[in-house]
Amino acid sequence: MTALKVGFIALVDAAPLIVAHELGFAAEEGLALTLTRAPSWSTLRDMLVLGQIDAAHMLAPVPVATALGVGGVATRLEALAVLSVNGTMIGVSTALADRLRQIGYGFDFADAAAAGLALIRAADGRLRIGVPFPFSMHAELIYYWLSALGLPADPGIVIHTVPPPLMAQALAVGDIDAFCVGEPWGSVAVETGVGALLLPGTAIWAFAPEKVLAVRQDWAASQPGLTARLIRAAWRASRWLDDPGSHMTTAEVLSRPPYLDVAAEIIERALSGRFVISGRGEERQADPFIAFHHGAAGFPWRSQAAWIGTQLAGRMGLDPTQAASAARTVFRSDLYRQALRGTGADLPGASEKVEGTVSRPLAVASESGKLFLRPDQFFDGRVFDPLSAAR
Amino acid sequence: MIPGLSIIVVEKDRDRALLIVDSLRAAGDHDIHVIADETGLARKIAERNPDIVLIDVTSPSRDMLEELTLASGPMDRPVAMFVDQTDQGLTKAAIEAGVSAYVVDGLRADRLKPILDAAIARFHMFQRMRIELAATKRALEERKVIDRAKGILMKAKRLTEEDAYALLRKAAMDQGRKVADVAEALVTAAGLLS
Repeated sequence: MTALKVGFIALVDAAPLIVAHELGFAAEEGLALTLTRAPSWSTLRDMLVLGQIDAAHMLAPVPVATALGVGGVATRLEALAVLSVNGTMIGVSTALADRLRQIGYGFDFADAAAAGLALIRAADGRLRIGVPFPFSMHAELIYYWLSALGLPADPGIVIHTVPPPLMAQALAVGDIDAFCVGEPWGSVAVETGVGALLLPGTAIWAFAPEKVLAVRQDWAASQPGLTARLIRAAWRASRWLDDPGSHMTTAEVLSRPPYLDVAAEIIERALSGRFVISGRGEERQADPFIAFHHGAAGFPWRSQAAWIGTQLAGRMGLDPTQAASAARTVFRSDLYRQALRGTGADLPGASEKVEGTVSRPLAVASESGKLFLRPDQFFDGRVFDPLSAAR
Repeated sequence: MIPGLSIIVVEKDRDRALLIVDSLRAAGDHDIHVIADETGLARKIAERNPDIVLIDVTSPSRDMLEELTLASGPMDRPVAMFVDQTDQGLTKAAIEAGVSAYVVDGLRADRLKPILDAAIARFHMFQRMRIELAATKRALEERKVIDRAKGILMKAKRLTEEDAYALLRKAAMDQGRKVADVAEALVTAAGLLS
């Protein structure tokens, strides 16, 4: 057994690492994981950068930011795998929810354009929206969504950084009007009576890479064997996680005090996609709300990284072409492919795709010839071609 | 005479904040301001435009400061996480002690080091206190549960206190467990049976 130190944030999408440890998928690879719950994304990132941990559950844009030289961290981080696709929730304060109802919005939990336009109409001045970190898919989705609907970031919205467990409180004291956060913290806002759920992140981008398995670039280079074993452990855990029969056990394990310390019943909503969206007890279904494995969810597409790089560049005044090129090297589809060869994992033949073109499950060339990609459309129908971005 | 630096300490606990301020005062003639209420943290810091911000690494609110590292952040002067500024050794020592520092770009390392050293020493002391407190609390809880288990045995088996403890200790040794764990199991079981 090789001991590895792994850090995570208390979120449902930390499940692949927690489950790899608790259900023995790490042990199958000869890895003894020591899991550490970090108090914040910045502290988790610093623990990884300074070598206090070997690997981390990380927001997909964080390693990309290190490649772009933004965010004040000089150490390069890389994504060995995507740990989860989607799994974020957009919610509003009860006051804003009431205004949305007054103008006739029906909370359909699906149509991002209708929800966004209603939100813009109901907003009282600048919309203050909480996200967990400046470099996060949450922030990217919010910017993409509202600017596509004609509400540019400046002066339309103010993005505030609020740690996930404090999101409900920030809503309650009126620091923010809305949020985008990973579960279970959106549902916690509903349970505590301070908010209502508006949309799952899937409604904005149907296949958004949310969290990645991040390591230091020099660690991946110097530890090829451990890197491969870690990728395989996460892959085995993810395959188990996406089986509906695993949901109850997963919710139970995640609810324990060292992990999320939130009631299993609330955690299970994210896994089943069945949500209570308001204090009135209304229910809505997001299908699927989060993916760990299906549709090659774990595969770190270089085009996903390029999309993130291009978005960050646009906002921070960097050259978009250079940013896309630098970003794509961060998602190590090469290492992922190498690690899973011979395991029976079905991997796509390509490492990049035009993002946003799949509208229904699509059979693509894969190593065994029968991989189905999941829908990956953006709500506004735009597509992202990584080749034209990175040229 | 070099003018002092403007330092913000983000700390909820008043006693801890006072201790930190004391040690920073000893490190030089600096203008020190404490923020205890973490709502709207980034905005409050931007208003004061400090040279250095110190915050406990275990505070979830630390992420709010990351906004300051963005080029388009609310502060006029760019801020960098301390990791970037000087040798990793000092940064590592700081993070391990439990404090992180955000400093304005271009602040010289020789001006920063004495402040960081003072903060690191103080945070090391906090960590020791926290470990001591946790250990004391645990010891007290264990003693309480052992006392209750002894009471249960004394009543059920009509033992003296000494014999009851001997019985617990023997059971623990036989099973290779801690006396407190055996006592806990007994108390739980007795609770279910009563």
